[in-house]
Amino acid sequence: MKHCKWLIGLYCLVNVASSLAATGKLLATPGVSQVEGSAGGGLVPWAQLAGYASADEVAINGFCSRADVTDYRLDVCGVQFNLFDRVELSYAQQQFDVPALDTQIEQSISAAKIRLYGDIVYSEWPQVSLGMQHKELQNGALASLLGAKDTKGTDVYIAASKLHLGALAGYNWFWNTTVRYSEANQLGLLGYGGKNSAEKLLFEASSAVFLTHQVAVGIEYREKSNNLGLSEQDWKDIFIAWFPNKHISVTAAWLDLGRIAGADDQTGWYLSVTGYW
Amino acid sequence: MKYGLYVFALVVLLSGCRATNQLSLYQQLDGQQGIEKLVDSFINQIGHDSRILEYFKQANVAHFRQGFILHLCSVTDGPCSYTGDSMIDIHTGMNISEKDFNRVVELLINAMDEQQIPQRLQNTLLERLAPMRSEVINI
Repeated sequence: MKHCKWLIGLYCLVNVASSLAATGKLLATPGVSQVEGSAGGGLVPWAQLAGYASADEVAINGFCSRADVTDYRLDVCGVQFNLFDRVELSYAQQQFDVPALDTQIEQSISAAKIRLYGDIVYSEWPQVSLGMQHKELQNGALASLLGAKDTKGTDVYIAASKLHLGALAGYNWFWNTTVRYSEANQLGLLGYGGKNSAEKLLFEASSAVFLTHQVAVGIEYREKSNNLGLSEQDWKDIFIAWFPNKHISVTAAWLDLGRIAGADDQTGWYLSVTGYW
Repeated sequence: MKYGLYVFALVVLLSGCRATNQLSLYQQLDGQQGIEKLVDSFINQIGHDSRILEYFKQANVAHFRQGFILHLCSVTDGPCSYTGDSMIDIHTGMNISEKDFNRVVELLINAMDEQQIPQRLQNTLLERLAPMRSEVINI
């Protein structure tokens, strides 16, 4: 009887939640969640804001992702808020496993993004957004050991995105380019700055084609700096994203993260799930 | 000679592609008949969506049907030109939100799915209609 009450309560809650859910954008247009918690692809933050909120709605999303490469594993979970398709706020927690050293590195990321112009589907020019990601390592011992100058840092980026309807032989084509200012070593998991601190403006890009209303396949590229002198390499992936409805998306990818902290050829799988309300 | 044959085959193939592309979007949508069926599906979709139906409370459905058929015929390069009221005149005062506009786009996609219009044709039609959004919303 008591359980029954709970079940009814839960049912009502789900009902209320789904009737309040933001649904004002077209399916799949918000993209998915990238590894630092911003709306984007898997690696690259995009100009779209997280979730389906249009100009008079608010959206809340939650996501978890796992990247499993040759010698490391990264788990990320986070939440995102979209206020009236103008401002995105997000918080993510990363856990980086280094089995060889029996070590775990944790990092938290608070981020914000503001839409400056446009709509990826309808505006004549691409949608443009400005974002920042403030990251703090909870345990900076390894970063310091490797020569990083700091255990926290702030990335700033500007992103432009556009969906071209029917542009590739009738299929919808999406692209995004991002320019990021960052001092982070491997997302900041290996700290910020270092003896080689050189190139700070980094280029990132994504491109995807929608095979159906619900399925997109694409590629991503993310340039990396080489502050620690450990031959940090640019990141690449090839992904497939599935949007069965406006409440969930599932993304799988094949990653090529190059050399990480002295270990070559870090390739492997990525899986990410985002829930939208 | 063999090389010449390959070139010939390639030219035939490519011209085959061009021949299909020469069909107007109107023809690819099965002309007047296809567009009428699509608009009927669309009206049926609207009829089942209480939020969007609100906007049509004062509307004459037969008038809307004729106008939209003519409009689609015209934007798909069919043998007609739309002479009805302008998009701005029709939608002024309706104060259609971005959210409701996208809902209507989804209803049109549902209607195209119902009529089994291939994805690529759907995208091409939406691409023709998308620029009119600024003449429809928030006015």
